Amino acid sequence: MKSKQAKTQTPTEMSIRDGFGEGFLAVGKLNPLVVGLSADLTESVRMQEFEAEFPQRFVQVGIAEQNMAAVAAGMALEGFIPYIGSFACFQPYRNLDQIRTSICIQKANVKIVSSHAGFSYAGDGIQIQALEDIAIMRSLPNMQVWVPADADQAKEMALSAAGIDGPIYIRLGREKTPLLSRLIDGYEDKGFKIGEAQQLKFGSDFTIVTYGYMVAEAWRALNTVSEIGLHGGLLNIHTIKPLDIRPILENVAQTKRLLVVEEHQAAGGVGELLAKELLAAGLQFDFAHIAVNDKFGDTAETTRDLWQLHGLTAENIVQVLKGMLR
Amino acid sequence: MPLFPYAVSMPKNFSAQQLVGVANQIRINTLKMLGAAGSGHTGGPLGIADVLAALYFSVMNVDPVHPRDPYRDRFVLSAAHMVPVLYATLIERGFISQSELLTLRKNDSRLKGHTFRDLDIGVETTGGSLGQGIGIAVGMALAGKLHATMGRPTKKKSKPDELVDYRVYCVIGDGESNEGSVWEAAMLAAKYSLDNLCVVCDRNHIQLSETSDVIMPLDPVVDKWKAFNWNVIEVDGNDIPQVLFAFSKAKMVSGKPSIIIANTVPGKGVSFMENKWEWHGKVPDKKQLDIALAELTANQS
Repeated sequence: MKSKQAKTQTPTEMSIRDGFGEGFLAVGKLNPLVVGLSADLTESVRMQEFEAEFPQRFVQVGIAEQNMAAVAAGMALEGFIPYIGSFACFQPYRNLDQIRTSICIQKANVKIVSSHAGFSYAGDGIQIQALEDIAIMRSLPNMQVWVPADADQAKEMALSAAGIDGPIYIRLGREKTPLLSRLIDGYEDKGFKIGEAQQLKFGSDFTIVTYGYMVAEAWRALNTVSEIGLHGGLLNIHTIKPLDIRPILENVAQTKRLLVVEEHQAAGGVGELLAKELLAAGLQFDFAHIAVNDKFGDTAETTRDLWQLHGLTAENIVQVLKGMLR
Repeated sequence: MPLFPYAVSMPKNFSAQQLVGVANQIRINTLKMLGAAGSGHTGGPLGIADVLAALYFSVMNVDPVHPRDPYRDRFVLSAAHMVPVLYATLIERGFISQSELLTLRKNDSRLKGHTFRDLDIGVETTGGSLGQGIGIAVGMALAGKLHATMGRPTKKKSKPDELVDYRVYCVIGDGESNEGSVWEAAMLAAKYSLDNLCVVCDRNHIQLSETSDVIMPLDPVVDKWKAFNWNVIEVDGNDIPQVLFAFSKAKMVSGKPSIIIANTVPGKGVSFMENKWEWHGKVPDKKQLDIALAELTANQS
């Protein structure tokens, strides 16, 4: 079995934002039109190596996210490919108007890179956590929404974004994850592709759809339930918009059970989106949703403490799955 | 007194006298558009017409035959609600056909209610939310500097091979300057010494619901911009020779962005609209339009 093979390997861990930093430097070397802008969070979003390598192509705008988005739009209209970096709690929140008017409506080729999303920064507390950003960004016409599940994917996204003409929101976090993609056979050539849902596990009992940090949690949960003979499909929808609905339809049509796990408010998240899409396609299925239910975060010692508080852990996923399959 | 205190680069064949006539014609067209649209902003556009006449008929390097020329000067109307006067100018300059004059705000028209990027008709940016256009203009000026150092990359060539030298012009409103993002952009432009950027602040002392001095006092506006490390030039924005002189002075400054504080009369040219904040956000009815057009036409002769 694939999963047994995988379990014998010890995946190295890496922070998602570190993967982005590697990819951003690499895309800067490949494409002279790529420029970086930061609102005094250069190192936090891992843009410092790009800045050191290409000081002329890096604009430090100061703590001014609104201006950063408008300036980036202006540079994009003149042919450059700006990547603008900040925390998710500031971007898209502080500069949503600029993102809508100057970037989305103008189809400006700006890559909006926001780190510390979800509960990623436990110690900084409620204000610095971002749990509504996907709802906001996926509702904007012309905007793509990407969420890497590990550092490899973040690197690939940083590289690929420059090749797609138009605004893209890339949601990053600072926590480490196992390098999940490497656990799949054939990763090198087909494991991960922008725009396509990534099928990490196959199974007929249930389907889990998730993204970001919750992919690793779901992976662990599936390993646990496989020991009691339950096998489900695991889909990582790293590209939330445009959504690759076909594999989700196929999995749910077969398993008749869908669990969506997301480190985000339930409102406006991917759970609501998939429920709508699948119902519209005429599927009948049991539905469960693990997400943050109309609550803000809190200060805590670790991100995992906050995940536990909101049921965003492998252990809770196992409980919910057992409930669905009872 | 000579008409021009110093040598001013004069228009391709347009005298200051002729520019006065152009500005008046722009006002007439602006009012006709607004009358046909039935909604929009009147006061500001009439006040800024002289600045736009100077820009499009003398100062800026633009060519309606080549609206996408990479070397063209850029114009950003940050106070995007004043867009009728931009369309009227572009019609006068040959970017937009006269036949589109009365299509403002109509279904399927290219003449949208606020600026909407459409290079074919010479509209560079999309606006409507105040305080953003100046940031876009700063981005365009930064891009211009970057292009100038690395050459303008083309699809095939990305090596520096030619210098692209364009200037970026931007009109902001004094009411718009309530927005904090205006000042964020101001700081960034000074930090990067964007001497290829020239902003005009339309100092007309009105905004939607009152005078600017009641809503949010901006003075001392000249000192504010000086404190932000800009080259500041204050002029009568309805005096074309003064406006032309200011633009040429701005062009000569290096190492700093420039701002022209253009003191304008909102509703300029129409007796019952001049200096009335009530005319900021409404359009004339049929009877008022006829009187206004008659007054402006009388100026023209």
